[in-house]
This record gives sequence, C-alpha cells and structure tokens, in this order.
Amino acid sequence: MTNVLRRREAGIALALLIVIGVTTAVQPGFLLSTGGWRDLLLTPAILVVLAVGQAVVVITRNVDLSVGSVLGLTAYLTGRLFLEAPDLPIVVVTLAAVVTGTLLGLVNGAIVAFARVPALVITLGTLYVYRGVTLTWAGSDRIDAGDMPRTFLGLGTRQVLGIPVLTIVAAVVLAAVGYYMYTSRGGRQLYAIGSDPDAAALQGLPVRRRLLGAFALGGALAGLAGVMFAARYGTVSSGAGTGMELQVVGAVVVGGVAIFGGSGTVAGAALGAMLLLTINRALPVVGIPDFWQRAVVGALIIGAIALDRVLANRRARRLAAERDTGPTDGADGRPGDGADGRPGDSEDVTA
Amino acid sequence: MRTHARPWWQRVLLTREMLTVLILVVAWIVASAVVRGFDGPLTITYLVLDVAPVLLIALPMTLIIATGEIDLSVASVVGLSSVTFGLLYQAGLGLGVALLVSVLLGAVCGAVNGALVAYGGLPSLAVTIGSLALYRGLAVGLLGTTAVTGFPDSWTDGATDNLGESPYPAITLGLLGMIAVFAVLLHATPFGRNVLDIGRSSEAARFSGVDVKRTLLILFVLSGAVSALAGVYYTLRYGSARGDNATGMELQVVAAVLLGGVSIFGGRGAVHGVVAGVLLIGVLGSALRLEGVTVNVINIVIGTALVVSVVAPRIAGGMRVRRRRAAGRRTQGDGR
Amino acid sequence: MKFTTVLAAGTAAVLALGLTACGSGEEGGGGGTDDVSITMLPKNLGNPYFEASTTGAEEAADELGVAVDEVGPDAASPDAQVPFINTAAQQGVGALVVSANDPTAIGDALEEARSAGIKVVTFDSDTEPQFRDLFVNQASPEGIADKQLELVADQIGGKGEIAILSASANATNQNAWIALMEEKLASDYPDIELVETVYGDDDDQTSFDKTAALLQSHPDLKGIVSPTTVGIAAAARYVSTSDAKGKVAVTGLGTPNQMREYVEDGTVESFALWNPNDLGYLATHAAAAFAAGDITGEEGETFEAGRLGEFTVGADGEVLLGEPYVFDKTNIADFDF
Repeated sequence: MTNVLRRREAGIALALLIVIGVTTAVQPGFLLSTGGWRDLLLTPAILVVLAVGQAVVVITRNVDLSVGSVLGLTAYLTGRLFLEAPDLPIVVVTLAAVVTGTLLGLVNGAIVAFARVPALVITLGTLYVYRGVTLTWAGSDRIDAGDMPRTFLGLGTRQVLGIPVLTIVAAVVLAAVGYYMYTSRGGRQLYAIGSDPDAAALQGLPVRRRLLGAFALGGALAGLAGVMFAARYGTVSSGAGTGMELQVVGAVVVGGVAIFGGSGTVAGAALGAMLLLTINRALPVVGIPDFWQRAVVGALIIGAIALDRVLANRRARRLAAERDTGPTDGADGRPGDGADGRPGDSEDVTA
Repeated sequence: MRTHARPWWQRVLLTREMLTVLILVVAWIVASAVVRGFDGPLTITYLVLDVAPVLLIALPMTLIIATGEIDLSVASVVGLSSVTFGLLYQAGLGLGVALLVSVLLGAVCGAVNGALVAYGGLPSLAVTIGSLALYRGLAVGLLGTTAVTGFPDSWTDGATDNLGESPYPAITLGLLGMIAVFAVLLHATPFGRNVLDIGRSSEAARFSGVDVKRTLLILFVLSGAVSALAGVYYTLRYGSARGDNATGMELQVVAAVLLGGVSIFGGRGAVHGVVAGVLLIGVLGSALRLEGVTVNVINIVIGTALVVSVVAPRIAGGMRVRRRRAAGRRTQGDGR
Repeated sequence: MKFTTVLAAGTAAVLALGLTACGSGEEGGGGGTDDVSITMLPKNLGNPYFEASTTGAEEAADELGVAVDEVGPDAASPDAQVPFINTAAQQGVGALVVSANDPTAIGDALEEARSAGIKVVTFDSDTEPQFRDLFVNQASPEGIADKQLELVADQIGGKGEIAILSASANATNQNAWIALMEEKLASDYPDIELVETVYGDDDDQTSFDKTAALLQSHPDLKGIVSPTTVGIAAAARYVSTSDAKGKVAVTGLGTPNQMREYVEDGTVESFALWNPNDLGYLATHAAAAFAAGDITGEEGETFEAGRLGEFTVGADGEVLLGEPYVFDKTNIADFDF
C-alpha cells in the first residue's frame, strides 16, 4: 500500500520537475538565474503552509473554506500590531497571529465536532464572517510597507544559504506536521476518523478532540501564513487572501489528499501547492497567455480527483482479491476502508 | 395514542421554511419603516433585478443539495455562458440563436459534472471545485481582456424594463414560471420524490428502483442549463459580456438555499423556503446598503445566519431527542 | 482671500437654494427634506488615489454646503458598481460622481438613475458619453500617454523592451491611454518594443505577482510602465527588493506618498500624476454646478470651481483639470497625497 502512495507523491514531484524542466528549456532564466531560483522557492511558501494545514483537515473528511479569510485577518492583525507598537518583537507578533488563527480554527472545529454539522457549510459561513470582521476592522485602510519594521519585511526576501527564509519556514512546518501525522498515534487516529468516522467513534477514539485539534492546527497554520503574507507583500489590504481557499483545496486535492478523507499525505499537499503555483508562473513563459491558467488548474484538479478514484478502485479490488473471500463491499467506492496504505492501518486502530 | 405528535397547523407553519418566510416578512416591514428610501417603487424593481440570477440558480441547486450533492461551478457557468453569448453575438449570430447555444453549452458543462459525479462516482464537492476553476478559466481565456458590449436595446430593455407602470420588472413573470416548474418538479412528481429519497439514502433509493445515476445526471444538466440562462440574463442586464461576471455567486446561492431550510445532508427541502431565503438575503442587502452600511457587515450577517440556520436545527433536534428520551425513561420505568 | 470667500459663500448659497429646489421636484426615493447630497463612487475602495480624490470632494462639499458620501466595491469590477448606483437612485441623491470600471456596463444603471432625477458626473474614468451628464478628466489622454512614454524612453535610453502593468482589463481610462501609447510607440519610438501588457486589477497582491511574472518571463526587459497608482507602487516594491533594481526602469502614474521611498532608494527615477485631490474637488464643483442648472453640459459653458478658478466645458461634456506633472527626487518631498 505504501507503494501506491509513494507512487502518487512521486508522480506529483515528477510532474513538478517536468514543468520546471520544460520551462527552463524555453527560458533558462526561469530556474537558472538567482531571481528565478529564489522566486520558484519563495512563491509557493505561503500556499504550502496553508495546504499542509488544510490537508490535515481534509484527511479527517472535513474541509475548511475559511482559511483565506483567516489569513486576511491575521495578516492585517500583524500589520496593525506593528503599526501601533513598532517595538514589539517579531516573535510576539507572530505568536499573536498564530494564536488568533488557532482560535478562529477552533470555532470551526467546535461547531463541526459538537453540533456535527458539515464543515463545508460552517466554514462557508465563517468565511463570510471572518472576512466581514476584517473589512469592518480595516475599513478601507491598508497597511503599507512603510508601516512595518524593515527587519520584518526583510524576512520576506532574505535568504539563508540561498534559500529564502519563508521557504525554510514552510519546510519546517511541513516536516513537523508530516512527522506528527506519520508517526504519532494522534496522526493515525486522524486518518482513521477520516476513513470511517462512525467506526472510529465506536472504537472509542477521541473523535471530538482530534477534530478540534485538526481545525485548530489548520487555523494556526493559516495564522502563520498571514504573517508570512505580510512579510512577503508588505501591503495588507482588507481583501488580502480573498479567493485563496479554493487554491488551497485545489492544491490539496491535486496533491493526492482525497476529499473523502482517510488518505493522502501532507507532503503530497505541499507538492500539490508547489506544482500549481509553478504552473502559474510557467505558463506565461511558455507562451500561454495569463488568462488560461485557471483553466489549466481546473483541468488538473478534475484529473487528480479522477486519478484518485481510479487508484482507489484498483486498491479496493486488490484488497478484495487478497482477502480471497469473494467480492466484498469494498466496491461501494469508499477507498477509505482500510486502504490508507500505511503500515499498521486502520485494522488495528485500537492500539 | 395520537396519530401525529403535533397538530396540523404546527406541522405546516412551524417548519424551517416558514421561519425563513416569517423572517423575510418581518425584515421587509422593519426596513420599510426604518430605512429611508426603502418604501419606494425602485426598491422592488432593483430587488427583483438583483436577485434574479441567484434565484434562478438556487432552484436546481435546491434539488442537487436535496440529493446530498453540491454544485459549486454554477457561477463559472454563468461567466462562460456570458462569454459565449457575447462572442456569438459579436460573430454576427442573432441573439436568439446565441441564447440557445449558450444554454446548450451550459447543459453540456452540467453534463460533464453529472457524468463525473454520477457515473464516475467522484465526490461532487471536489469535482465542482475543479470545474469551477476550469469553466471560469475557459471563460476568461476565451474573452481575454475585452468585454463584449453594444447589445441591442430591445434585448437589454427586455431584461430590465418594468411591466407597464408597475414596479415589477418584466422578468418577474419568467421567474415566477421557473419557480412554479421547480416547485412542481420537487413536490409533485415522482422525480421529485426520487430526489428526496436519494438524499435520505442513495443505497435505499437504488434498491427501490430509482435510477440514481440518471437522476443525478439530469439534475446537474439542469443546473448547468439554468446557470447559463442566468448568465445570458446577467449579460443583458449589465449590457456587457465579461469572463469574470458573477464571480463568487456560487456562495450566495448556497447560502440562500441553506437559509431556505434545505438540509445540507439531503433529503429535505422546499422551494418556497428557498425563494424566501433568496429574497431575504436580497432584502437585507438592499436595506443595509440604503443605510450606508458597508458590504462587510452584510457579509457578517449572511455568514452568521448561515451558520445559525444549520446549527440551530441540530441543536433543536438534539434537545428534542433528549426530551423524548427523558420522557421515555419516565414512562417506561427503568427496565431497560 | 476675502473676495474668494465671499464668492464661494455666494455660490454656495445660490447652489444650495437651487439644489433644494431641484430636490423637492424629484420623484422616487424616500421623499423628505434631504439635504443635497453627492455620492462619490470610485472604482474601488481602499485605493489611496481615490482616498485623495474623496478628500478633495469633501473639501468642495464643505465649501458648497452639501453632503458628500463615499461608497464603492472592494474589487474594481463594473458589475460591482451597479448596486451602489441603484442605491443612490433609491436614496434620491443630488448627484452621483463615478469613476467607471467599464465604458458601457454600468450604462443601464446610470440611465435608470438619471431618469429618477440623479445627475451623473464621471471623473477619472469615463463611460460612453450618452450615459452621463459630464466627464471631469484629469488631463488629456494624449498628454498622459505621451508623458509616460517620454519618461520611460528617457529612462531606458530610447531603446529596449518594455511592458505595461495596467489596472483592470476593462478600465476605460487605462485602455484609452494604452491604445494611444501603442500608436505613439509605433510612430515615434521605433526602437522600443512593447512585449506584454498585464493586468493587476488595481489589486496590490495581484500587481506584485504580475510584476514578478513579467520579470521572470522577459529577462531582457528594460522598463515597466504602470499607468495606475496601485500598479506602480506594487511594481516598485517588488523591483526594489530584487535583482532588477537599477536595471529595470519603473515609471508610470503614481502618488508621491506611495512612491517616495522608491524614489529615494533609486528604484524609480521619475513618474507622473496630477493631483487627485484637485480632481475630486473639481468633480464635485462640476456636479454641483450641473445639479444647480448653472451648466447643462454644452460645449463652451463655464463655471466656477472654488479655489481652482474657472473652467470651460469642452466637447462631449468633458472638463479638463490640467496637464500631468512629473515627480522626481528634486520635488517629491513637497507633496502630501
């Protein structure tokens, strides 16, 4: 089973390399100039952080559409804090943003976990509410680059050993969350909950606690992404982050995290984010006008979901054959049944 | 033992749909009294013109959500149909033909969604997020930077003029017709019953002979075609075909449908609730705008209303279950 | 000083009288004793350029004794402006002063408003003439196009590749200027090649990303012209932290406050604009004059615009503010908008 998953993430990585390769062949500066290299690494950093958080939520068979609004709110919060109290250490501001994001995520998580209402609807509502709060707070003011400390803005562009700081942040986040999901009991439980929430509840898993944790993590990472946004762009208007939620979900889906939960990895989601944004940058270089990017991304998302489906069906059929007790109902099409493909899969989730 | 737990008038009136209708009526009365400029003929005119596309699309969306699926690509189909309508007009085709072709194209878009969901077994949320991007991308790609304008007055006036001296736009008739069609479809035909059955349990529906796949396909095709029709209307109303027309409208439609009492889990819903939901958002928006309240506050209101409208029934349901359980325990003793 | 105050007060009194007379004759709306009010509807809110023009409008409104209200969408798209036009019509305001996101899309809504008795004045970005009563233009389109080409040609040494970072794809004003620039490039600047025009939608993040994409896809780019204040600010910010600083010229239309930092650090050599404050001020005076019946939009009519003096209506109901002004290191400290 791990082979299947490895194949998927590897596939995306391969696609990414191909895109970069072809584009560089057309236009060597895309990769081989210092500016190009930096941009390639820097541009996806924010989306990667968002995608990692969203992946955790989607793995539990939920979705969080409010991340764009959370990013906007925390980015504006970052700017305002610096404006009002310019001597605040960057760490404190970052912490404030992350805590805010966590709280906002917890609101979503609480309603989903306790009222047991579909996350799609709740986060649709909070998307509106959080954005409205940001707009009301900000009015039509913007935070300008001049309002923020130089050192902070520098983080948006500085490099350490040739790698942009923001990319390092994204990589650390990816590693930390990936480690948690892959090795810890909590991580495995999240997969189990996504595979079959009812079974998970019956087996005594702390479903509510895990869901709250997943949404809180998603919100925290959205908060962090807001800080990164402020550092990278320098200007924060009340509309910051609008529309990003669909980009994030797209990245996650392309990255192999099935929308019906229970499978996929955060690494895949990160790769999906990188792939999408790199394609965005590559298309104009290859001569496809700007305007067709969205169509390409849409086709990719549909293709990714269809691919997921085909793989899942094949997996289910293989499982059924292996069990050798005749065709089971693995063919009702939910690839979540025991097919998260990880060592020690959901069969022994009671451990 | 009673045959029904509640008297008939409770069953008819204490529904979520009627709650929305009630809130709508109250909102209208309050706004007319309090908001300056609200009780004028222009208000009704603008209200109808503004909510028309949302109302149109909300009708098939109601059926789709009632089956437990969703279609987030509707606004992109609006944009795409707007673009094809404009391009065909530019190429010299008569507007009637352009309208037909655009609606057909919308049906095709819906068919693609439907095929992927019903026959491919893919989850509608993910598929329609993908097609949202794809169709919008096609719309923007086809038209690029320009907008097609200069539609003949006879057509744009048809979209915006009023019925004689009344404050109601001419399109009100068309809207009422569509509402009637979908109301009958959902509430008075076997097809409608099938839709609700699928929402309650697609397995059970399949076992009782409902062709689930075909039903879903039809619903998505309807959604695409109606969205395309809304796109043509939108184009004529604003006199300009643009690739990014109606961006974000899908969220408004879903919010209105859910406010109208349709359950996101599928299996229940009524057209009159949805109409009330659409009008309610329209009235709130109109009143708040007249008061100079900015869009953001309207957003907060819609978002909160959305959350409350979905959470409240769950909590109410939970309380009812608990009450019944407690009552049961009292009358049954504790033999269990 | 005293004379102009008296003149302003007198004008205000006459206008107020005239406007209230007009106001009571209007149908629709809430009916009542509305003070005359003017609604400013820029392309979008949150744009410093329009904040400046609204400040000017408020100044004029104070002088005239009318109320001014600013409304607008978050994103600069034409269908987003229509609800605000509708609202203004419902409220029965005296005049609507609008910067259009598209030359025809808001036409129907404007016509409805006019038939409800609202006077419609466009400023900054026009609609087609039949939809509005007056257009207050900041400068002649030829002047604006020529000035920007002059600046960029000067800064890149007369030859090389340039790109344009515009606002939204349908914006009447930017598209008019770009069309003129393309013409002028073909006829007067044969050694300069326009390789691409991208649209930042007057959104800061989009403009920032588009600048990055431009530099990535055109490594030989010598200059970026951005005929929109949001675009040039984002482009300058990007270039100032990249390798392109000093190698790629950034110019166009910008506000001194936003551009000061980049002029001082050498990213931007010079750029142009007019005073948006004055533009809003003039537009409000023009709208008030029109609403009072002092002018009817005919060519040759004149009216007073407070501290800016007298203005004459040109062809097609157009009123010109003046010529674009060039800002650079030597004078940028003198301005505050």
